Amino acid sequence: MMWSVVARRCFASSSSAGSRVLVFVEHDGKNILPATLSAISAASQLSSDVTLLVASGGAGAVVDAASKVKGATRVLFANDGAFEHNVAENLANLIARVHATFGFSHILASASALGKSVLPRVAASMEVQPISEITAIKDESTFVRPIYAGNAVATVRSKDPVKVVTVRSTAFDKAVIGNDANASIEPAPTAQNEPADLGLTKWISAELSKSERPELGSARVIVSGGRALGSGENFKILEALADKLGGAVGASRAAVDAGYVSNDLQIGQTGKVVAPELYVAVGISGAIQHLAGMKDSKTIVAINKDPEAPIFQVADYGLVADLFAAIPELTKRI
Amino acid sequence: MKLLVGVKRVIDYAVKIRVRPDNLGVVTENVKMSMNPFDEIAVEECVRLKEKGVAKEVVAVTIGPKPSSEILRTALAMGADRAIHVEVADGSTVEPLAVAKVLRALVAKEQPSAVLLGKQAIDDDANQTAQILAGLLRWPQAAFASKIAVAQDKASADIVREIDGGLETVSVKLPAVMSVDLRLNEPRYVTLPNLMKARKKALETVTPDSLGVDITPRLEILRVEEPAKRIGGRKVESVDDLVHKLKNEAKVI
Repeated sequence: MMWSVVARRCFASSSSAGSRVLVFVEHDGKNILPATLSAISAASQLSSDVTLLVASGGAGAVVDAASKVKGATRVLFANDGAFEHNVAENLANLIARVHATFGFSHILASASALGKSVLPRVAASMEVQPISEITAIKDESTFVRPIYAGNAVATVRSKDPVKVVTVRSTAFDKAVIGNDANASIEPAPTAQNEPADLGLTKWISAELSKSERPELGSARVIVSGGRALGSGENFKILEALADKLGGAVGASRAAVDAGYVSNDLQIGQTGKVVAPELYVAVGISGAIQHLAGMKDSKTIVAINKDPEAPIFQVADYGLVADLFAAIPELTKRI
Repeated sequence: MKLLVGVKRVIDYAVKIRVRPDNLGVVTENVKMSMNPFDEIAVEECVRLKEKGVAKEVVAVTIGPKPSSEILRTALAMGADRAIHVEVADGSTVEPLAVAKVLRALVAKEQPSAVLLGKQAIDDDANQTAQILAGLLRWPQAAFASKIAVAQDKASADIVREIDGGLETVSVKLPAVMSVDLRLNEPRYVTLPNLMKARKKALETVTPDSLGVDITPRLEILRVEEPAKRIGGRKVESVDDLVHKLKNEAKVI
């Protein structure tokens, strides 16, 4: 974090004058998702000219919130049923059209499932090579991103005229939504000759897992379980601990593959990347693919009965114990 | 219908990678290489669609230096019918945009009903090629598929996608590009007899030039480094000790 502050100071005054950044806003119909607020922070490091694009099937509240985000200068909104279910083809087409009108130097979105679906397609429309999941900005063309499941960090410089970038949310602070609103609100340009719905993909249904607990991506505490839990039923002891800590529950790939919990709880290279203040890994051995998703957590606790488990090498506090005894006791003592 | 499946040769997922001394990449010499795990799932899905009588032909494609043809043999042994190796010079970087352009050229030649790709390669972790290809072709895209059901008339397919917060089902018109997620299937093992048979299957070699594609990278790699090391490894004696340290030392609870 320190590092990105330094980077901002180094170039903000000298070279950001020509940058015009577009951020695609992801929302749930009511609120801007926290990951987008991180992407807006990244955008603010690149330029003082930041446009937010809100596409929806009718989400006035989100447009209002967007106009109050610190760092945003303009909010474009596109209300059409074609954008209601986040169909990537329609959204990518919209972003490309907005870019054709305004001519941005950078197009950003969070590195969520949606951002990853839409932005490479946007890049295709202008034939540029996108840059995925940046963790730092060095200058307007130079970005830092993890490769090989976070086991190496690459600094890359883009030679493309437009930089199409997804932002790893855990690497940037969230932009603040305040009351000193000054962003202008305008409708996004509409197409003359084509419908907003390209008709390539039809959304049918969604099956979202419901939870009262905080979202994994923004939770302050995450209690995560692995194969050693033995069953989905046993995840209840983790839920009890998470509830006491006001945290979220996550899982390793092994626990998901075994069917203990649904796959949207998976943390790792192929799942979600998290960086909470406290990460409690329970019965997780610590394969590199899992570490890729959580090793930037502030404090890591590992509870495992195998003293040789690799998770202990990254844990700030390791407890070698049987989780079925240790977790209920821990829940009681907190 | 015909299916095109893209595969990539990458450092095996179980290998602990090392950064090169010149800090411009990672060490690939004398390191175990394998088919990208997500691509194995894509090949498996294509072969299953063929076994179900939905697909008639499965064409496996890779872009890479000479040794990349090994993973095409693996794809053929898994059940692909023939293979195309787009050969590039040893050590060249082919970015997702360039890969997508090569695939677009092959789509024009082969006219498949669908292109299946892994959702990401475990080396560059880009998660872009399928989406870029769909964009270049102006075809529908279904990224992160965990279930693929082709309609009887083969004009569309219902895809279950893994999204943040759960799953969604979409219907895409064919032809389409799909990227596959981990939970789509369990790839089969390659047996020795199948590997022997695969040697007799057709493997065509072409170059990006012959397809009219410029693969010059757009991103310059300035530096590759080891990530900051965590200083872990401290053990606590008991749950009491853990609670005490989390409260007073780490101050996180």
